[in-house]
Amino acid sequence: MGSESSIGLRVSRYRPESDPGPGWQEYDVPLRTEWTVLDALNHVKNELDPTLSFRWSCRMGICGSCGMNVDGEPRLTCGTFLVDHAPGPIRVEPLANFHVVRDLVIDMTDFMEKLPRVKPWIIRDEEQSVDDGEYLQTPEELDAYKQFSMCINCMLCYAACPVYGLDPDFIGPAAIALAERYDLDSRDRGARERLDVLIEHEGVWGCTFVGECTRVCPKHVDPAGAIQRYKLKAAKQSVMAVLLPRGAR
Amino acid sequence: MTEVRAYRRTLSTWWWVRKPSYFLFVMRELSSIFVAWFVLYLLVLLSAIGRGEEAYRDVLDLAAHPLVVVVNAVAFAFVVLHTVTWFALTPKAMDARVAGRRVPAAAVMASQYVGLAVVSAFVVWLVTL
Amino acid sequence: MTKRRLEPFVWLMFSAGGVLAAVFLPVLAFLFAFAFPLGWMTPPGHAHLSAVTSHPLTVLFLLGFFVLLLVHSAHRFRYTLYDGLQIKARRAVALLCYGGAAVGTVLALAVLL
Repeated sequence: MGSESSIGLRVSRYRPESDPGPGWQEYDVPLRTEWTVLDALNHVKNELDPTLSFRWSCRMGICGSCGMNVDGEPRLTCGTFLVDHAPGPIRVEPLANFHVVRDLVIDMTDFMEKLPRVKPWIIRDEEQSVDDGEYLQTPEELDAYKQFSMCINCMLCYAACPVYGLDPDFIGPAAIALAERYDLDSRDRGARERLDVLIEHEGVWGCTFVGECTRVCPKHVDPAGAIQRYKLKAAKQSVMAVLLPRGAR
Repeated sequence: MTEVRAYRRTLSTWWWVRKPSYFLFVMRELSSIFVAWFVLYLLVLLSAIGRGEEAYRDVLDLAAHPLVVVVNAVAFAFVVLHTVTWFALTPKAMDARVAGRRVPAAAVMASQYVGLAVVSAFVVWLVTL
Repeated sequence: MTKRRLEPFVWLMFSAGGVLAAVFLPVLAFLFAFAFPLGWMTPPGHAHLSAVTSHPLTVLFLLGFFVLLLVHSAHRFRYTLYDGLQIKARRAVALLCYGGAAVGTVLALAVLL
């Protein structure tokens, strides 16, 4: 080996006990073709600087915890290869639009508080007893919502969304896509309840269809499409509410 | 639970300059000004037509003034940007289905351009006969 | 029961205006801002244009066309001011934008009727 090439990492550091704000720290890591940004951060943590903090878990793009801004783009660091960002230095920052707890760790309280607001569970008019068996579903019915059920709550879409960055009250892409996932589920009867939440100003209307959420989504959930469809749904319901007599609603 | 002393970051006013996709988005949104400009322009023209032959000629002469031409050229570029981006976003915003199958985005886009061509031909025909 | 909100209706008008602007504005702008004034095409005679534009169907269409385009423009520009320039005085911005569209509508009514 001998002359193994290396690449620079420019990592955003923030230690709340001593730093007034985030600053940069540079590390040199081996540039290996099979290494991701997450591998490089683990190399830093294990070999160079044990004080560096970041979240990660599965290393295979399914847990959604290693999201960071890499060269300004929200990415899952476990799926972002160093060679694709050569020659570097690679800028690694905490996910945009969220408050920073320490180094690359963001505060996800706001997101965790928003998710349950859209009631992301199956709502039934009448709950069927366990003895009556399961709620059956055809493959076509599964297909209708499957795409929206692929969300891993990695929050990349929130980091990409300027509307969320400017107006933290905006309920955000993933939450609306998740609402759509349950609305489209043939077993669910909760569309009206979710619409009541999303028809509010901080629901779907803040979205100006930048489309970045869909572009950065590692699971191809298409939150931007879900939001526009929700607007149409809300508009249809509102028009019907005006046109139809009360009983017919 | 330990107290979180999180650092609050704020978005700079120029957030949309740094990333090409954000920049294009803001340009797309700014097309709204030029849509309003053409509404006013067409209203001025219509009012001149209503006032008679001479007023109509005067407005056409005014529209040939270099300054007006420049403004119109910029406005036209933004209107084209609006048309192209609007057509591109339509298939993303709606879930068009025929016989249960989702219509491919390319088909939705193509049908919009056909619509644009038909409407344009009709307007040219109506105006010039 | 669905909650009553104004946003869905404004959004519908915004969308309708967006479609109309995308489909009709390029040809109208091309003809009346360039082709006729700059002599690329012979401008239509006044009598013909006057007949076309005073036809009740044209008047009705143009009125709807202008109003929807103005709402489209106002709605979009409102969010551009919120997001692009981060203007916090949201009420004032909304008033300014939709107020502008209302003034435009009055102008359109005055010209067309």
